This record gives sequence, structure tokens and C-alpha cells, in this order.
Amino acid sequence: MRYVDEFRDPVRAKALLGRIEALAASLAQARDRPLYLMEVCGGHTHTIFKFGIEGLLPKSIELVHGPGCPVCVLPMGRVDDCVALAETPGVILATFGDAMRVPGSKKSLMQAKADGADIRMVYSPLDALQLARANPGREVVFFALGFETTMPSTALTVLQAEAEGIRNFSLFCNHITIIPTMKAILDSPELKIDGFLGPGHVSMVIGTAPYRFIAEQYKKPLVVSGFEPLDVLQSIWMVLAQLAEGRTEIENQYVRVVPAGGNDKALEAVDRVFELRPFFEWRGLGSIDHSGIRIRDAYASFDAERRYSVPDVKIADPKSCQCGEVLKGAIKPWECKVFGKACTPATPMGALMVSSEGACAAYYQYGDLDDLARRSASA
Amino acid sequence: MSPLDAVPKSIPRRASVDLPTVTLAHGGGGRAMRDLIDGVFLEAFGCPELKEMNDAAVIALSGLAAQGDRLAFTTDSFVVDPLVFPGGDIGKLAVCGTINDLAVSGARPLYLTCAVILEEGFPIPELRRIVGSMASAAREAEVAVVTGDTKVVGRGACDKLFINTAGIGVIEHGLDLGPTRVRPGDVILVNGLLGDHGATILNARGDLALSTPIESDCAALHDLIGVVKAAAPNLRFLRDATRGGLATVLNEVAESARVGIALDESAVPIRAEVKGFCEILGLDPLYLANEGKLVAIVPEAEAPAALAAMRGHRHGAEAAVIGRVTDRRPGRVTMRTVFGGERVVDMLVGDQLPRIC
Repeated sequence: MRYVDEFRDPVRAKALLGRIEALAASLAQARDRPLYLMEVCGGHTHTIFKFGIEGLLPKSIELVHGPGCPVCVLPMGRVDDCVALAETPGVILATFGDAMRVPGSKKSLMQAKADGADIRMVYSPLDALQLARANPGREVVFFALGFETTMPSTALTVLQAEAEGIRNFSLFCNHITIIPTMKAILDSPELKIDGFLGPGHVSMVIGTAPYRFIAEQYKKPLVVSGFEPLDVLQSIWMVLAQLAEGRTEIENQYVRVVPAGGNDKALEAVDRVFELRPFFEWRGLGSIDHSGIRIRDAYASFDAERRYSVPDVKIADPKSCQCGEVLKGAIKPWECKVFGKACTPATPMGALMVSSEGACAAYYQYGDLDDLARRSASA
Repeated sequence: MSPLDAVPKSIPRRASVDLPTVTLAHGGGGRAMRDLIDGVFLEAFGCPELKEMNDAAVIALSGLAAQGDRLAFTTDSFVVDPLVFPGGDIGKLAVCGTINDLAVSGARPLYLTCAVILEEGFPIPELRRIVGSMASAAREAEVAVVTGDTKVVGRGACDKLFINTAGIGVIEHGLDLGPTRVRPGDVILVNGLLGDHGATILNARGDLALSTPIESDCAALHDLIGVVKAAAPNLRFLRDATRGGLATVLNEVAESARVGIALDESAVPIRAEVKGFCEILGLDPLYLANEGKLVAIVPEAEAPAALAAMRGHRHGAEAAVIGRVTDRRPGRVTMRTVFGGERVVDMLVGDQLPRIC
């Protein structure tokens, strides 16, 4: 497959791994603990597991799987609100498939569907708009999720609905923005991260400038990375090179997709339709200022939170669930008290077990559970 | 001579099957139902057992006993949506699926049943096409449809048309297949490109708006299995890789035989279009359904002959050796990735859901 196989070439991987090993060995001499590198984006986590990258890296590098999976950080209360919307008479709720199994305090969307709610899986917000066109007698609510990657397509869908005068379409907006969350992680007293792999598709929209504070104020290197396994390896090597040379910079490995200035048209659409919320609740991380996105007053008629009485439930994360510490890199997934016991992909307690991009589900799905059990017993 | 050769080529059409759609009257047990059975099902299948219209097909034991010493008996229901898709339809699927369940148990498939649940309002010409497709798949496989049932339910009580087929086959003396016979060192083969059926069905639902030339691999595999059995007399295990795909079958083997399975990703045959389809949707082709693909496990010494036999058959041209049974990590399937890493290939929890970013 062109444009894919080139980025999975084992010969090139071997060469890169050789260079990574050499750099890691020289860096390890100066420190008494492994290097902690965080891949911010769930897409990277997925690649790392799917291709078995962790097992190829030297032991002196540990990957920390960050908060960049929008499904994983959705708090339980928002899921409950979404279930309430889906169960409102006359409503068709349109959602991406990933969100179907996220547990609410009483039920997931999948359970709500089984109980009779009209919930349709879509691949794009435009599919949800098409549902509204095809069902003029019904109200279609789109469960809008995701970082800057999916925000422009939601914004453009609202603009399209407005242009066509479609009145039976609205959003339950749960878009979030990555920068305040990275700042929250960097401000965490438990922080052990030595460098970051930056999210590729978010950066395609926002460019690389918004990350500058990470290099300038927090003195950590960040490399915006693509999603193929060679992209990830090359980005790891680039972070190590910065550490070895004492540089802290924002670099772009994913130049074939990410322009330094981002995508003006996408940003313009986002800015027209959306604005920052004063604060937004993240599962496991708590409330983070200016991290959530809502619909501007000018488009209020497309805002499901204003059109319907959404219960606005606040539910604390289950006490035994340690998703937050995993998200911050303070513990590894298998070190969580409920990992693989009370919390499995079939019965997820925490959101990191739900999505294939969640670190816990990835370990459970692709990792060596017997080996993890041994490690957690000896920890 | 196949019993199907005795089928009269034309039966006069009955009045109530010339109606455009199925009505509740067609399930009422009276004249209309009789007309539907005669005019659609008997006309298509028309084997002597079926024409007698008894409550049960009667099969002589002597004929069965001449072919082996054990009976294999299976049933499967078919609810695929859409009913017609590139490479097949629900009728062909209902015949091939049950034949394959018999054949991978080591049986020679002989007789099928056909039970149909119809939604009121289903177009009779479409029913005729689907039943015709069942009949031609059965004829090609030299399997007789010997008894059946028809029910009609009100609109909304089922989605258009569901089919159940049960099947009977006979296992020859001395043949013993099953996961417990699998041993470390054995070799794992598949008979061709994986994931075509799953990708075709997802795509045929039309909500992805992807244009691909992928077709379902729907096929009856008993003839292929015959040549594999001849080439590898100590064949250990066969299973068709239907729902849940290759990954699910291998996990079932690893668990029940308490062996490890080591796959080589670069050896797993998947066509570029299916790979691309999966890349776009965030699916893993190892879990995509197949309807004409099987996993065969054979002793190492017989693997070259089994592979050559598969490749010489029309349903096995792209056959490949994809991995080995090991004594490492019993119960686990691991895969050496194309990239050189290793990962676990686990059972799926539910359906594969598309990723959002």
C-alpha cells in the first residue's frame, strides 16, 4: 500500500533503533532512572501497541501514554447527560462508534440503545446532518467529541446547517483543547516527563506555535509526530537528540501533513462557531481552566445544551479507578488497583479501558498480561 | 446422479405467488402458503424428498452408513444486511455457511434444511432470486435441500428476511479433527486472502461512501477440504474463519489446546484494498469476517503438501503458511509485526468499532 508501507519498513526501523539505542545509552549514563517520554495522542498509543514498538525500545526509555484520547477523558456525568439526551422523546442521537461503550453512572449509550433510545453510529458530523435532512419530523443531536482534529468538521457542519436552514439539528458539544491540558500535566507535582511526542493531527489544524511555551517555560523538548511506526521511532530519536544536545525545542517530524502555521480555514471555522468554556471537567484530571469548547451565542440554536434541559450531572470518578494517575504518567496501567480485575474492556470502570486508544485497553488488548501480572506482583 | 437432476424444469405458476409481495396470508398455512412453497421453494430446490411435502425428510441410514461412521449435524441462522452484496447474497451464504460448518468438522455435507422467516411486504421476485441463489449454491455443492419451513411475520417484526439452515453430513471412518489434536511444532495455514467478506458487507451498507472493488469470498469449502485431507492425512484441525475472523479462531485453538500460537504478520495474506479499507476505518483485518476462508493446522512434515494442495484448488490459489503452534505462553496468540515488534492478538470484546481520530 503506497504511503503506508514506506512508513512500516523494518529495515529502516532497525537503522533508527540502532541510533536510538546509542543515544539512549549515552543519556542513561548521566541519570539513575529511565527517560520518560509522553506520547500525548491516543493515536500514537495505538500505533505503539499495534506494532509492538515498546518491546523494540531500549529498557532505558519508558513511554507514558498521555491524555490525548477524547473518549477516555470524557467524565461520567457528560455520558449521563448524553444518555438523557438520547432518551428524550423524538431525538435521534448520532455518535462516533468509540463513544458507544463509555460507561455512564447508570448506563452507556450502547445500553441506552438496547433500552430503546434511537442512537445511530456515524463516521462524520455531516452524516448526522444528513440524518436531520432525512428525518425532518425528528430532532437530530450530534455527540460532538474530540480535540482540534475533529473540531473544524463539526464547525463546518454547523455552518452548513445554518446555510441550508436546517432547524432540527444540534450538537451536544464536548470538544476539548489540548494545550491547557498539557499545561496542567506540566504543572503537576508528580511530573516525571522528560520529553513529548506532540499530536500530529491536532497540529495539522493548530500548527506548531502553540507548543512553544513547553520548550521556553518548561524546558521540555516536543516533537510533533506522525502516526506510522517509523514516524514514532523517528520522533523518539529526535527528542533524544535534543536531550543529548541540551536543546529544548518544538520540532516537527510530521512535515508531510503539519504546516508550521496550521490550517487557517479550519481555524477560522472553529473560531466562528466555538468559544472557550471557563473550565471543563476531565475524567481523571479534574477541572481544567479553558480546556473545553462551547458554541457561541450566535449559533445557540444549534446547541443541544440550550435547546434541551440537560441534567448537567456531576459524578466523581470511582474511588478505586486510577485513570488520572495513569494519564499523568504517575503510574503504569497495570499498576492500577483494578486493572484487569474489576476493570477490563468487557466491563470498563475507567475510560482508559474503553477506547482502543486508551492506554489500559491497549495494554490489555496487545500487551503480555502474564508478564504484567508478574510485574504488578513484584511492584 | 444427484437427486437434484430429477427436478422438473417447469412447474405452473400459482396465482398467489404472482402477487408482488409477501402477505400474512402466505404464512397462514392455507392455499396461499402452499402456493408460495410450490411456486418459489419447490420450483427452485425441487428434490424428491421435498416434493413429497411430508412433515420430515426421511433419509435411509444405509446410504449414510456407507459413507462413514459418524453423523455431523449443525445449524446456523443468517440475518446479513444487506441481503444482496458484491459476491453473493443471503441465500448463497445460508447454503455455504452450513456446508462449511459440516466440512470443517471433517464431514461430507449431504443434506440441508431451509427455514425462512419473511417480513410482510417482502417482494416475491426478490425472494425468488434469493431462493434461486440457494438452489444453485446447493446444486454446485452437490448437497440436497430436503425439508424446510416458511413463516411470515408482520411489518417490523423482522428485518426483511432471515434464513436458518441446518445440515447433516457424514464423517469417514478414522478421521479425527479438533483443537485437542494440535501440537507444538504444527504449522498453520489459511486458504487465501482474509477479510474480503467483512469489508464487503461494511462497505455495501453504503454509509461509508467508499468505492472499492472488494467482493465477498462466500464459497463452499468441502471440496477444497477433500484435497487437503488427501494431501495431509494427519490433518489436526480445521475451522472456517467467519465472525471474529482469523484472530478469534486462533484464540479459540490456543485456549482449548493450551498451546501458544505465533503468527507472522508479513505472511498473512490480505489484499491491498482490504488493508486500505481497514486503515481508513481503524479496523483490524485479523478480526474481519470471512465466508470462504479456513484455518488448517497440520503437522510440520505435511505442511508443504497441504499448501500445494490448497494452491492447486480454485478456492485456495492464495493459500499461505501464516504461523506455528508453539509451547510458549499457552493460551496466547502472538504476532511478529511487519515492523519487527511483537504483540498479543487477543479476542475482541464486542464488535470492532471505528476509531474517531
